[in-house]
Amino acid sequence: MTKKHILSILVDNEPGVLSRIAGLFSGRGYNIESLCVAETVELNVSRITMVTKGDSMILEQIKKQLNKLINVIKVADLTDQEFVERELVLLKVNAKTENRAEILRVTDIFRGQVVDVGLEHFTISITGDADKVNAILSLLKPFGIREIARTGSIAMFRENHAK
Amino acid sequence: MSKLSGAQILLRMLKEEGVDTIFGYPGGVVLDIYDELARTDLRHILVRHEQGAVHAADAYARTTGNVGVCLVTSGPGATNTVTGIATAYMDSIPIVVFTGQVPTKLIGNDAFQEVDIVGITRPCTKHNYLVKDVRDLAKTIKEAFHIARSGRPGPVLVDLPKDVSIGKTTFKLPDDVQLRSYNPTYVPNRKQLKKAMDLIQKAEKPLIFSGGGVILSRAHKELTELACANQIPVTSTLMGLGGFPGNESLWMGMPGMHGTYRANMAISECDLMIAVGVRFDDRVTGKTDEFAPKAKIVQIDIDPTSIQKNVQVHVPVVGDCKISLELLNQMISQNNDMKNFATAHDEWLDRIENWKLTTPLAYEQKDVIKPQFVIEKLFELTKGEAIITTEVGQNQMWAAQYYHFNEPGRFISSGGLGTMGFGLPAAVGAQVAAPDKLVVDIAGDGSIQMNIQEMATAVQYNLPVKIVILNNGFLGMVRQWQQLFYDKCYSSTKFQHTPDFVKLAEAYGAVGLRATKPGEVEKVLKEGLACNKAVIMDFVVEPEECVYPMVPAGAPISNMLLV
Repeated sequence: MTKKHILSILVDNEPGVLSRIAGLFSGRGYNIESLCVAETVELNVSRITMVTKGDSMILEQIKKQLNKLINVIKVADLTDQEFVERELVLLKVNAKTENRAEILRVTDIFRGQVVDVGLEHFTISITGDADKVNAILSLLKPFGIREIARTGSIAMFRENHAK
Repeated sequence: MSKLSGAQILLRMLKEEGVDTIFGYPGGVVLDIYDELARTDLRHILVRHEQGAVHAADAYARTTGNVGVCLVTSGPGATNTVTGIATAYMDSIPIVVFTGQVPTKLIGNDAFQEVDIVGITRPCTKHNYLVKDVRDLAKTIKEAFHIARSGRPGPVLVDLPKDVSIGKTTFKLPDDVQLRSYNPTYVPNRKQLKKAMDLIQKAEKPLIFSGGGVILSRAHKELTELACANQIPVTSTLMGLGGFPGNESLWMGMPGMHGTYRANMAISECDLMIAVGVRFDDRVTGKTDEFAPKAKIVQIDIDPTSIQKNVQVHVPVVGDCKISLELLNQMISQNNDMKNFATAHDEWLDRIENWKLTTPLAYEQKDVIKPQFVIEKLFELTKGEAIITTEVGQNQMWAAQYYHFNEPGRFISSGGLGTMGFGLPAAVGAQVAAPDKLVVDIAGDGSIQMNIQEMATAVQYNLPVKIVILNNGFLGMVRQWQQLFYDKCYSSTKFQHTPDFVKLAEAYGAVGLRATKPGEVEKVLKEGLACNKAVIMDFVVEPEECVYPMVPAGAPISNMLLV
């Protein structure tokens, strides 16, 4: 059964590492839904958080193939564990006078922030897991979303489950 | 401490890694390395094409068990190595390829003979490096050799910009390699081995299916012990030939698309498969759903990605083949319940023997030379003791079927990538590695022309390689598929013109011989094999002979075309 998985991958922070991972996925026909890369507190180590899809056999291969790359230090599959997930979204939404109050109310309900405002638009920032982000998007869609930028998910184990 | 240039450090590190021979081809950005090379005792084999250098280094590695080394220039020199690197990657052969690169300042500027070879080879190397600072060079080379030879071996490429070769730094021998992200598992989990033994104990129709991993880890003795002590029949993939003696009664031959009837039937009927160092390639499994459908599968492999990739495995064992089999043999010998195992499945062995008797490998003798006959004669005359390299296609399959291998390192063939043009440069590499052994390239008239230029290398270095061309005037294997699956529409598989291989051999300064009738085969082989020079033996064979048995691609392997 195909299922969404969030992988948290620690890698050497070196040129070409991302290309090795992206190449592995494209070369073997695996799917990347989102990808987020940044440094960690440890020198020369980056964390890649990746959302991918596949059945259990494919996921097993993905994890093994990632581990096989010389620059991959550790691969953790957060799915089926307790974890927190966040994504940051910036969205520019049409905001005509008659809609402004409603948009602000929706933004407020989702604890979003208006980070830029114009005569006919708001730029709103939202953080949350995939469900929350999708929910606010569906509510704001009728007003007309002009642009959207998403970071993709980042995630971590909850401490009592972490090893 | 004195300062050394990058070129000097490279050559020094090669020495440290125990390298005495490299295969290469000079060019602009590696001039400084070649200049230093002239002042060392390192043997450099000048090939005629960079692809040949990589195949030769690959065969050198397969023959000696050590890492093979190549040195080529940037741009086209580097891209010419790609087929060789991909060949070594698919067959897990430890080689290190050094490519020159334009000076670091010019990288990215589309400089003359610049190519992003690290980018190009990323998916077909085990790992690769671009060295940007001469101070990193020694450590990088040490890591490259470590990665190439450890775990599941494979090719590693090191790209050396010209300024890194020229740049000087204080040389210090690097410490042992410590990579926290790379620690192959050699010693398997004992619990898994115990589970494997429990399955073996219950088996009534056991079978060993071994592959290239047994050759790479030199686990042939342990494999033979497991099989013989417990009377378990053995089949080996193309890459695994020589891992179990081809003259043993438990030997069933190769399985798969051109496997023997008994091997394929035994796989389809067995209740336990002990898979050792194999990756369940589609040429072996056919339709995976119907591969070993009645069997519990134990799989031993050092590479976790090879386990459970194509077929469901019941007991995975991650570990080195040799160590794993050694431990398994120990466990079995200490287990009282295994005492009667060897004699408990005679019925199964009888069945396999019966398959062998009713449906052996066979071909029809006629008044034209049959390619299988040439290989049989070659086997007979060399007593099975030659190192055989092959090209790819029918010649390769007949070599695998009709030459029997008793030791690892005797059969050198491009199994995974199926690279035409592999055999001749591989023969050069094998002969360099084993000057006292008889080295024979079994070729077709198609693939021999893909790297024929290496004849000049063989002659220049007095390498007495023997080339047996099974000359059918066709691209035989493709023609066979056209005959069987495309209504005999021989689209572009007939060579309208082929050079006179005897004259070609002579033009290269080698010896050329030809046989056109079955009666001449033995004479030509004897004369060719006795000759102490490079020889091309051109056997004009039946043009439309097919390799049988054959399992159509994607069919279950019990579904064999026998003639």
